[in-house]
Amino acid sequence: MGSQTNLDLLREERQHDAVPRVKYGFELQRRDFFKLLGGGMVVLCASTAVAQESGARRHDDDDQLPQAISAWLHIAEDGSVTVYTGKVEMGQNIRTSLTQQVAEELCTPIDSIHLIMGDTFLTPYDMGTFGSRTTPTMGPQLRNVSAAARENLVDLAAQRWKTSRSSLIAQDGKISDRQAQRSISYGELTKGQELVQVIGDDPTLESPAQWRFAGTETPKVDARAFVTGKHQYTTDIVRPGMLYGKVLRAPGFRASLKSCDSREAEKLPGVTVVRDGNFVGLTAPDSFTAGRALKLIHAEWSVPAQTSEATLFQDVRKPATEESDAPGGPPEFSSGSLQQGFAAADKTLQQTYTVAYIAHTPLEPRAAVAEWQDGALTVWTGTQRPFAVRDELAQLFHLPSKKVRVLVPDTGSAYGGKHTGDAALEAARLAKAAGKPVKLIWTREEEFTWAYFRPAGAIDVKSGVRNDGTIVAWQFDNYNSGPSGLRGPYDFANQRLEFHPTDAPLRQGSYRGLAAPANHFAREVHMDELAHLAGIEPLEFRLKNLTDPRARAVLQAAAQKFGWGQEKSSPTRGFGLAVGNEKGSYVATCAEVEIDGSAVHVKRVAEAFECGAVVNPNGLQNQVSGAIMMGLGGALFEAIHFENGKILNPHLAAYRVPRFSDMPQIDVVLLDRKDLAPAGAGETPIMALAPALSNAVFAATGVRLRSLPMVPQGLPKSS
Amino acid sequence: MPLTLLVNGVEHAIDVPSNQKLLYVLRENLGLTGSKYGCGEGQCGACTVLLEGKPVRSCLASVGAVLGKKITTIEGLERGGELHPVQEAFLKVEAFQCAYCTSGMIMSAVGLLQKTPHPSDQQILDFMEGNVCRCGTHPRIFEAVRMAASAGKG
Repeated sequence: MGSQTNLDLLREERQHDAVPRVKYGFELQRRDFFKLLGGGMVVLCASTAVAQESGARRHDDDDQLPQAISAWLHIAEDGSVTVYTGKVEMGQNIRTSLTQQVAEELCTPIDSIHLIMGDTFLTPYDMGTFGSRTTPTMGPQLRNVSAAARENLVDLAAQRWKTSRSSLIAQDGKISDRQAQRSISYGELTKGQELVQVIGDDPTLESPAQWRFAGTETPKVDARAFVTGKHQYTTDIVRPGMLYGKVLRAPGFRASLKSCDSREAEKLPGVTVVRDGNFVGLTAPDSFTAGRALKLIHAEWSVPAQTSEATLFQDVRKPATEESDAPGGPPEFSSGSLQQGFAAADKTLQQTYTVAYIAHTPLEPRAAVAEWQDGALTVWTGTQRPFAVRDELAQLFHLPSKKVRVLVPDTGSAYGGKHTGDAALEAARLAKAAGKPVKLIWTREEEFTWAYFRPAGAIDVKSGVRNDGTIVAWQFDNYNSGPSGLRGPYDFANQRLEFHPTDAPLRQGSYRGLAAPANHFAREVHMDELAHLAGIEPLEFRLKNLTDPRARAVLQAAAQKFGWGQEKSSPTRGFGLAVGNEKGSYVATCAEVEIDGSAVHVKRVAEAFECGAVVNPNGLQNQVSGAIMMGLGGALFEAIHFENGKILNPHLAAYRVPRFSDMPQIDVVLLDRKDLAPAGAGETPIMALAPALSNAVFAATGVRLRSLPMVPQGLPKSS
Repeated sequence: MPLTLLVNGVEHAIDVPSNQKLLYVLRENLGLTGSKYGCGEGQCGACTVLLEGKPVRSCLASVGAVLGKKITTIEGLERGGELHPVQEAFLKVEAFQCAYCTSGMIMSAVGLLQKTPHPSDQQILDFMEGNVCRCGTHPRIFEAVRMAASAGKG
């Protein structure tokens, strides 16, 4: 995880950071802790270095952040442990994996630990939950505070018993004295105390090889609440006197409101209409009335002419204008000399790959409940960036940030799609007008239209290969889709990689893995094309150009699990593979497709994944398998269609997502590297699927599919 | 005039227009928020409830059409603290990630097993096709339904 990862992270943040960040100062005083929590022990992690990793981003004028707290933990007088982190849970299962890590270092049972997550009043500042950063950054921070707390408890017991620390061990929520055969619970030790410790970032952590709680198949925390329907998502929250909100949407993007007649709507009982600039919304006592009232508003809009899907792949090649807010400063990587490389090549190849706009389609739509009280604002919302949403709200309503509280209930998924606070801002505006709490749930159509999309893009690859299979030149240009994963696992001697931003035709932003799935698609399909050009078997060809031992290991593990090479592709069955790395983890995917006329069925996928030491193999298996299922959509059939500022398929009936009938046999191999620090796993497992499928289709049919989605209407006619 | 809904064995008198959709009445009037809004178009299955034992999309069903009929929601599956075998199987397999689809998945599976206690694999896939999981937990959901079905065989 070098500077490239940090660069990507900052880039990803900038992509969504339309508002200047309000300076964060951790405001709780020592006294406040115990007023809030009762007595006990508090340990805070305040290392500047760690805090910066966690997102206390350096600002122009206030850099030192001596009190930049990244996580903290409280042990109450009853022995219960409460951990505070700004990260949020949205299905990636970090509530469980972080709890395991606390249990590991604190030596206390899983069920005595409770995580408070993503609450801007209670949890320390955090940049957001994205970029597969929770496991590599928040994990060690929580392990640090937990280890420090454990050592403090050992000290307390040693003082109490007037004995040496060396005979004491922490275990099962107790400190035990093996020689004197006595033990005392954490609760008893902290009773009546008000202990605060601020720690740095270097306590001795247990090596993954010694783990007892971490590294095991711990069941999901609070799992029962999910199978009984009791868990409260944002959409389920009810406040006293709460009203239901609706927003009037324009008929196209970038529209301005010409006129608005809401008299009919306002005749309905309890309906209040809010008009503020181009914003028109309403509140009603129930969602049925809100829906009826919305239909009674007559508005005229002016929608400017804008680009359409038909010209998408020309439009993405237009350079960004200066006014563009596209992320700037392409990360150019180059090595050797392309000119010499191409001169040394026996064969050269030039191809273009494209990816469509796709929608995250989280099953829980954007939603928020907003409540004003005495000039302060509280908002519950499903967002990946609660502190950024707090700052957006504070700025919009001219409030100091301490007057805004954003809470994120465990959320019905995001996949990179919930960085912004749109629903929160709208609900807060409506609640301010109504003088009562307001719940706003976006409809599926609003989700498909007014959220942002995974960027579309075009990627040109030009390469040169020698007859022995050595790649001697590699030129890779990504237009609009993004710079993540440009480099990949190969070390080509002569290469140049560039990202070219443009003025995006549609509102676009993060999506699971950012641009890395698109860049992996182009790279790994191109690798396959080169293998065939050189007449070398695709696995062998990759291994020939791959020195990174972790990349080789996943490739070999996937191939072995799959039985690669045991059977030859035929016109009705094809086998393909791909490999990749990103954000400190490695993936290789082998796929089998069945060709039935023009239909492509994915029969079998074997994927090997390695992210260092595995914290929770059960949750990780679910993530990896889930990434494969989700990835089928973007690879095969998902695409947002648009024309002149309108989305043409904003419904699940017209935007096909993977379903049970699409499910292949999935075999996941997890390579558990106890000798490496854990890396995140939310993104990389999706990256090698699409190219493996494209390569499998080619192996069967001889047809190269270079555009995602590959077969929205089946195989192209020419096949 | 109030309408009477029979939900999870309890009669509820509610004062809403008869063309209001059942999902919103369950969630807003009765406080039963286990059934989820996912699309409002009958395309995702997150709002699935049982009507006389048969799975229906509560976002499409008007309350006027379900008066007096037995409605079961996810909240009505547990009996005296005991989970339904399908809930148990989902828990055991951990057949969820964000779990927003879970209520609907479980209700569809319960409906399937009531009608077809010993479904073939293909019957499970066909029956569950209308339920969307965006986290891609399909393999585990499929496994959970199989597990619940075989538990019923004993």
